[in-house]
Amino acid sequence: MVFVICAYFEFWALVFDIEFFRERTKMRHTISVLVENKFGVLARIAGLFSARGYNIASLAVSETLDPAISYMTIVVEAKDAKILEQIKKQLNKLIDVITITDFTKKEHVDRELVLARVKYSSKDKSKLENVFKKYVGKIIQHKADVAIIEAVGEGVQIKSLLDELSKFEIQELVRTGKLAINN
Amino acid sequence: MKGSEIFLESLKREGVEVMFGYPGGQVLPIFDSLYDSDIKFILTRHEQGAAHAADGYARATGKVGVCLATSGPGATNLVTGIANAYMDSIPMVAITGQVKSFLIGNDAFQEADVTGITRPITKHNYLVKDVKDLARIIREAFYIASTGRPGPVLIDIPSDIQLMDAEFIWPKNVEIRSYNPTLFGHPGQIKKAAKLIAAAKKPIIYAGGGVITSGAHKELKMLAEKINAPLTWTLMGIGAFPATHELSLGMLGMHGTAYANHAIMESDLIIAVGARFDDRVTGRLDAFAPYAKIIHIDVDPSSISKNVNVHIPIVGDAKNILIELLRDIKKVPNTCDWLKTVEGWKKKYPLVYKNDGALKPQYIIEQIYEVTEGDAIITTEVGQNQMWAAQWYKYTAPRTFISSGGLGTMGFGLPAAMGVKIGCPDKTVFDIAGDGSIQMNIQELMTCVANKINVKIAILNNGYLGMVRQWQELFYKRRYSQVDITSPDFVKLAESYGCVGIRVTKKEEVRPALEKAIATDNTVMIDFKVEPEENVFPMVPAGQAINQFIGGLA
Repeated sequence: MVFVICAYFEFWALVFDIEFFRERTKMRHTISVLVENKFGVLARIAGLFSARGYNIASLAVSETLDPAISYMTIVVEAKDAKILEQIKKQLNKLIDVITITDFTKKEHVDRELVLARVKYSSKDKSKLENVFKKYVGKIIQHKADVAIIEAVGEGVQIKSLLDELSKFEIQELVRTGKLAINN
Repeated sequence: MKGSEIFLESLKREGVEVMFGYPGGQVLPIFDSLYDSDIKFILTRHEQGAAHAADGYARATGKVGVCLATSGPGATNLVTGIANAYMDSIPMVAITGQVKSFLIGNDAFQEADVTGITRPITKHNYLVKDVKDLARIIREAFYIASTGRPGPVLIDIPSDIQLMDAEFIWPKNVEIRSYNPTLFGHPGQIKKAAKLIAAAKKPIIYAGGGVITSGAHKELKMLAEKINAPLTWTLMGIGAFPATHELSLGMLGMHGTAYANHAIMESDLIIAVGARFDDRVTGRLDAFAPYAKIIHIDVDPSSISKNVNVHIPIVGDAKNILIELLRDIKKVPNTCDWLKTVEGWKKKYPLVYKNDGALKPQYIIEQIYEVTEGDAIITTEVGQNQMWAAQWYKYTAPRTFISSGGLGTMGFGLPAAMGVKIGCPDKTVFDIAGDGSIQMNIQELMTCVANKINVKIAILNNGYLGMVRQWQELFYKRRYSQVDITSPDFVKLAESYGCVGIRVTKKEEVRPALEKAIATDNTVMIDFKVEPEENVFPMVPAGQAINQFIGGLA
């Protein structure tokens, strides 16, 4: 079960490409946190961010192969390296945190899953199918004039997909937030 | 064994001799088992008193303080005391009853989400869901509370768990894979620090509460004497270095001595040991110690470079690191000129007050020092009384100044003094209080009397919430808003509780009153009617560089 909180700035930055939103995305860092899979751990992590005024841009949590451990991918907003350092140190102080990996300067692979409900007419159908030729994604189902689509990709791909989808009428769009893994 | 018996047996294994607390519905099984236990229990008159008493006990003895309360309001009454211990890194274990496990989340009678409430103010907390985990959790709680950077740990135990049976298995070791405090400093960093020290011309040592926690006071003194560097301390660091020593500069910061602040601002090397560059110490950050390189020794990595940029961080236990550092310092700096400059500041800006005919709070503290020959343990409330107690009593040993530093909790001093006296029964314990603060936990006088805990309370009664009044005088054009605080007749109040009350209105009455208080085998409350508008000086206004004094004798 993947658990998701997705924030807005990245989304609007990708949709509108406005400098303000770009500024916001510049201070983003992806970190992963291995934690004990116990009740209350997510609250400890979330509480730490809110208590110290740090922002979470996205957070994805799930169990690992070892059911006693959970893996969190957190995209944090930190305006400088000092704040990112503090975030990592403060996370490390939590008893239930096992290890932290900062992907800022580390090779890694990251992906995000997007689900959207798109309004389309029969003449749009081929257009929509064409869009998906370029991406890892597909139309999962369509009923009457509504299609549900899914797409997986890294930040740039998701951004350009969203650009293309903006020609269609998106009724609802949900994202998992970023998942990242060491390579 | 029942959960409640496992609980008490675990406390015994941890060496707990005394607990402070208050009974209630969801801890009845524990209190029933306690009936047959030889652990001493001090029944306070308010749970906040229990938390502060456990905190005071821990500060004075270095052992883990333990407090116990029921669910809901009992637990929430502990909250201020837990937050206080958290801010000052005090080892404490707080135990709370919880509603039966199957009722949790049902808004049951006297239910509160105590692990949720205390998450940001504890080092760690537990909700016990299975009686089989109880012994292990208690073992872990004491370990976490007392190691690394210490702090309070809370254990919330539902009342049905207290009644369930399980085999008592005491874990041999504590194994927490994600918790491994750093004990020893990095040898390379220590070598670099030694080199930097050798090259310094104007070094200064800045000692904090970590020195006391780590028991590094002897090594600290050796370091200061070896490199001939002046030493200043924080409020939490009081007692880490003898105030009577010629290298001592007293406390620094907002109400620090002028010479300590001048010295740190002009220094070229700050050796910070177990201190965290709090805003009350640094003043305006971008103006703080502009010429200094900083060596920062601290057990908590998150304290490093949090407020100021540090050149050589050394993470680990202060005592271990200082031992290594002393070994690595081959060449010592020549500090003769620097010490002369510092001496000049000491002469030019001494710590003084106008000792005229009036009854001055500073005078009272000096007299307490003299009468007790500096051998008492002083607790304080918060505000002017605390600052005067920090400035005017010469502390020469660690764990003799017990004060709420980080949180600044009014009402801390009296219950803390009870805990101190229980931990150190042979010492004279003085709570230096204000007339405002003392009323915040005045009910604990009854606990003192009922348990024959013999503490002395010196109320510096100025009729005001003095520190707030001082700020209103200096920064709000003397518009005194809600700082007139009326008090009961403290002498009669003391007597009604069964203590001894003394009133002092004149300077010449101070000494006899203190002598009588010490000679009396009972809790004594002295109501000193002091000069109402006396201020704490020197003072650096909030947000200013720490060599910018006002109101100035400095």
